[in-house]
Amino acid sequence: MIEEQFSIGDSFVHNLDPRVKIIVAIIFSVVVAVSTSFSALLPALVVAVILILLAKLPVGKVFYRLLFVNGLILFLWFLLPFTFQGDALFTVGPLVGTKEGVLYVSQITFKSNTILLAMIALLATIPISTLGHAMRQLYVPDKAVHLFLFTYRYIHVIFQEYQRLVNAMRIRGFIPKTNIHTYKSYAYLVGILLVRSYDRAERIHKAMLCRGFTGRYYTLSRFSVRTRDLVYLTVMLAAILGLVMLQWRVTI
Amino acid sequence: MESNNLIINLKDISFSYSGDKPVLDNLSFQLLRGDRIGLVGPNGSGKTTLLHVIMGLLRPLSGTIELFGKTAHEEKDFRAIRKKIGLLFQDPDDQLFSPTVLEDVAFGPLNLGKSPEEARDIASQTLVGLDLSGFENRITYKLSGGEKKLVSLATVLAMDPEVLLLDEPTNGLDDETEEKITDILKGLSLSCIFISHNLDFLFETTNRVYAMADGKILLDETLVPHSHVHTHRFGRLPHEHKP
Repeated sequence: MIEEQFSIGDSFVHNLDPRVKIIVAIIFSVVVAVSTSFSALLPALVVAVILILLAKLPVGKVFYRLLFVNGLILFLWFLLPFTFQGDALFTVGPLVGTKEGVLYVSQITFKSNTILLAMIALLATIPISTLGHAMRQLYVPDKAVHLFLFTYRYIHVIFQEYQRLVNAMRIRGFIPKTNIHTYKSYAYLVGILLVRSYDRAERIHKAMLCRGFTGRYYTLSRFSVRTRDLVYLTVMLAAILGLVMLQWRVTI
Repeated sequence: MESNNLIINLKDISFSYSGDKPVLDNLSFQLLRGDRIGLVGPNGSGKTTLLHVIMGLLRPLSGTIELFGKTAHEEKDFRAIRKKIGLLFQDPDDQLFSPTVLEDVAFGPLNLGKSPEEARDIASQTLVGLDLSGFENRITYKLSGGEKKLVSLATVLAMDPEVLLLDEPTNGLDDETEEKITDILKGLSLSCIFISHNLDFLFETTNRVYAMADGKILLDETLVPHSHVHTHRFGRLPHEHKP
């Protein structure tokens, strides 16, 4: 159900220490998210594209993922220019588009695409299980990490259960329509799915107890920071610092 | 009967899920070292419940549980026992919760206090022993049904238990995988209790089969292999039946 399309690969980015990638991804996204100046946003986009190229990801698939976000942003383009206060830039019939509105929505477009590209290049190139372990080593609370890993593991099982139930409904001639019978049947479906998930959680917990689980979760993975990780971290931090300086017009 | 050979000793165990009809009804049961017992019985007769009571996952309403010569009351007592008794669940999706096979098999050894390196070695060796080498980095939810079952068995065996409790180990498996599991289990020198509806499997892997009904074990109904005059499709073709 969750396809990790980008997680397996042999590129410079794939081989970096996942902890370094997580840290860079977080700092980079925060800086991009709070930047407002195009003289910082444009170079940031270039950095993100370079990361994608370094990760040697299939361009088509990356583009396909961007489509979803940009579909949403398209609506903003229809809305924001006309609802923002400011100087008139153009008119469509009775509607007036403002310069500020257009600038604002362009900013959003730049930021979203840049952050998404960076996330794809840095986080999607880590297998989910490794991501979980790396989070633990970065002192993310154990409970949050368990929640993350278990969600990943069981969302597939629950989805299969859902499909079995839907098929069971379908073979008995269920066709969704706009009526009470349909709503009721869907409510039952969701209800039974919840109950089954709860039961399964209980069984999994029991199975873990049988194997000596006492609440502490140990892990096999050990990561090591190598020279190239340090080089990469330094270069990226320098680049991010550059973006900060461009944004706030700091000069040395 | 030497007491140190008595591994599991259940006395007058009663259990019910919600207060109504008892699932286990004053049940007494003993497992001696080296015993290989098969349990058969209709659905809902309390077989799975019995295994869960032995593991301390369910607490009986009355009766005493003695494991390895010690009475077990609370979670603490059972925790020590779970290192020695391995339980294989009916549904391998309940057992396999880690993203990769190696991590899941290493989960038990890690809980027992082994270092990551030791746990990794134990896990790999167990996988090799079950003819599963090369599975280490497979994603658990992408395995086939038979592979999941074998990997679940590996997760239990990796803890090096003295007793093996298996809940329908051959359920839903094709002939080939069933044969593989049968061969593996025949080769283990552990005491065990196997729940199964598959009599062929039980006759191959156990030396006694008890029947369960209405929350009781019917000790006097020990099953004896015997043959029937029978008919079935393709009977004209030369064929053999398992003993």
